[in-house]
Amino acid sequence: MTALIIRRIILIIPLLFIISIISFIIILLPPGSYVETYVENLERTGFLMDESQIKAIYKQYGLDRPAVVQYILWMSNFLLKGEMGRSFIYQKPVTEVIMERLPMSMAVTLISLAVTWLLAVPIGIYSALRQYSIGDYVATIIGFVGLALPNFLLALALTYLVFAKTGHAVTGLFSIEYKDAPWTVDKLFDLLGNIWLPILVIASAGTASLIRILRATLLDEKNKQYVTTARAKGLPEHKLILKYPVRVAINPLISTIGWTLPLIVSGEIIVSQTLGLETLGPVLLSAAMGEDMFLVGSIVMILSSLTVIGTLISDILLAWIDPRIRFDKVSI
Amino acid sequence: MSTASKPTFLTALSEHYIRWKRERSQRLQERLYYASQRELVWHAFKKHRLALVALIILTVLYTVSIGADFFAPFSPLNRFQNFNDAPPTRIHLITREGKLSWPFVYQTVRVRNTETFKYEYRENTTHRHIIRLLVKTEPYKLLKVIPIQHKFFGLSDRHVPLLLFGSDRLGRDVFSRILFAGRISLFIGFGGVMVTFILGSILGGISGYYGGLVDEIIQRIIEVLISVPNIPIWIALSAALPRDWGTIKIYFAITLILAVRGWTGLARVVRGRIISLREEEFALAAKAAGAGDWRIIFTHLLPAFISYLIVHITLAIPGMILGETALSFLGLGIKPPAVSWGTLLQDAQDITVLANYPWLLIPSLFVVLTILMFNFVGDGLRDAADPYASR
Repeated sequence: MTALIIRRIILIIPLLFIISIISFIIILLPPGSYVETYVENLERTGFLMDESQIKAIYKQYGLDRPAVVQYILWMSNFLLKGEMGRSFIYQKPVTEVIMERLPMSMAVTLISLAVTWLLAVPIGIYSALRQYSIGDYVATIIGFVGLALPNFLLALALTYLVFAKTGHAVTGLFSIEYKDAPWTVDKLFDLLGNIWLPILVIASAGTASLIRILRATLLDEKNKQYVTTARAKGLPEHKLILKYPVRVAINPLISTIGWTLPLIVSGEIIVSQTLGLETLGPVLLSAAMGEDMFLVGSIVMILSSLTVIGTLISDILLAWIDPRIRFDKVSI
Repeated sequence: MSTASKPTFLTALSEHYIRWKRERSQRLQERLYYASQRELVWHAFKKHRLALVALIILTVLYTVSIGADFFAPFSPLNRFQNFNDAPPTRIHLITREGKLSWPFVYQTVRVRNTETFKYEYRENTTHRHIIRLLVKTEPYKLLKVIPIQHKFFGLSDRHVPLLLFGSDRLGRDVFSRILFAGRISLFIGFGGVMVTFILGSILGGISGYYGGLVDEIIQRIIEVLISVPNIPIWIALSAALPRDWGTIKIYFAITLILAVRGWTGLARVVRGRIISLREEEFALAAKAAGAGDWRIIFTHLLPAFISYLIVHITLAIPGMILGETALSFLGLGIKPPAVSWGTLLQDAQDITVLANYPWLLIPSLFVVLTILMFNFVGDGLRDAADPYASR
């Protein structure tokens, strides 16, 4: 087990390295340099800078040096001091901006992942056991439409429906009166009353394909001989199904976490923007619109790294649960 | 008519029918022996009813978008004065006298409600305007080449608004805009898929054929790209596009951005196949005959599984269309005045807009329809891809 964990962690280091390079390329991409945009923005607000001040900023970020040196500076600042440059939209260090929103982003993402599974597993089992029943067809159709319906459209449609039926507009995580209020039980209930819709929408993206995978594997498994043997021995049907074929059929699902998680992170950004959630998504977008590239690159790096690390953790957890993976009999 | 003659006649008919069926299937069987692969694929594909219907619907969508000049009653930028956010024009079949008529509309007029002070649209039922096919308009050039002076349908009075799907904030016909927007939204997938195909088959081919260090590097890159969430990368890359670029440049850039990650899946498929095929005798024979590596990969190995690649690509197109829609919806993709389905949906971002003008969501139906149809066609193709497999 320890060996497996160590091997996984070693494998992830080059991934994180490449991610940081990609993020830095993103920072360097726009034609004008960061400082030019920065100075331009200051001038627009009526603040004029002289040559020496501009030079000082260049020095501060090491922008007068080659890209490789810049990258090393950026990375070492991040690793040693936790600094990733300054956002000129927010007029704050990038780290501060990100830390304000990151916890909520992670909460929404993780809950969505959990909901994806909570929805997909029972529905998948049901449609495999009752193949060609009405429920199975309904699940298949919903799955197909879920695949074809972009996240943000589902979000729009559901908000519209909720608004039309109840008159309650689900925008943002908190109602206005609780937005800046300290945490109380009422605020928590308010959050719960608003959060279910975005969570459901984000979770829908991965659910459809998980159902299809689970259904297909379970259909293969449920007619195998070990199932028949267990049935012949008189095991109650629900126990039998859950203990044997479902446990095997969950396995291919495990290997999909690697791409379910990126899907959910992507979905979270768009849905947050559409529904006005206070997560990293809207920040990333406004930064992208304003060409605040240090913020954009940093958010890309944080989100991507966390996704990769999340995948790693889930891999390890599941290896811990499933002995076959632990003993390297099944590769993920 | 005697009662005895009826059964005999029917029996003869059914016998005849059974014989005809048997002969027909025999003929088909014989034809299958010397059918080309393409014919076999088409034969297997046709059995998939849903896929066939989907293919037809897609063909209609593409035709209507390419010929949007002709099929759309108005230009995408044509504004009807005083018809901002007008609901879809009602189409009537029955006149006030209760008679059946050609589909017709009444002139819509805008009045101010004296209680709410909001504009409302009412029908002025004094005069009927009949919707005609091939209605005459000012001369224009279809696809910028063919001079023509008819539209597919419309009213003979060009100033009476015929808004099938209502109008937007600026009084522009949503239906016409959807057709024109299809030109961008439907074709962005093809551009992206082309890049995907080229990158995927070259990198996957090299990776699978040579193995070793090259393979290791390409696999690591693929791993990163797959494990990184799409949307942040897309957003970041499109944010980096210069603001002063024209529509065409932006269009190609977006295509490339969408393909950045798209090729990885294909490269994996290609790699897996090449690894299993490179030791086959025909590959060894080609090598023995002195063919170069490049030649072996692209003229001997790749064609052996090209059908799988086509399936893979068909299933990749919807993802690209969704990507463009999402980017444009967020305001980072195609920019006005160019229209795509995503930019059209930008108008529908607000809940108050949605509640008051729900027809602005209609473009989304086209997005969903296209994606679904591509998925069905892809499924059909997947089943038909290997016509030699015994099923």
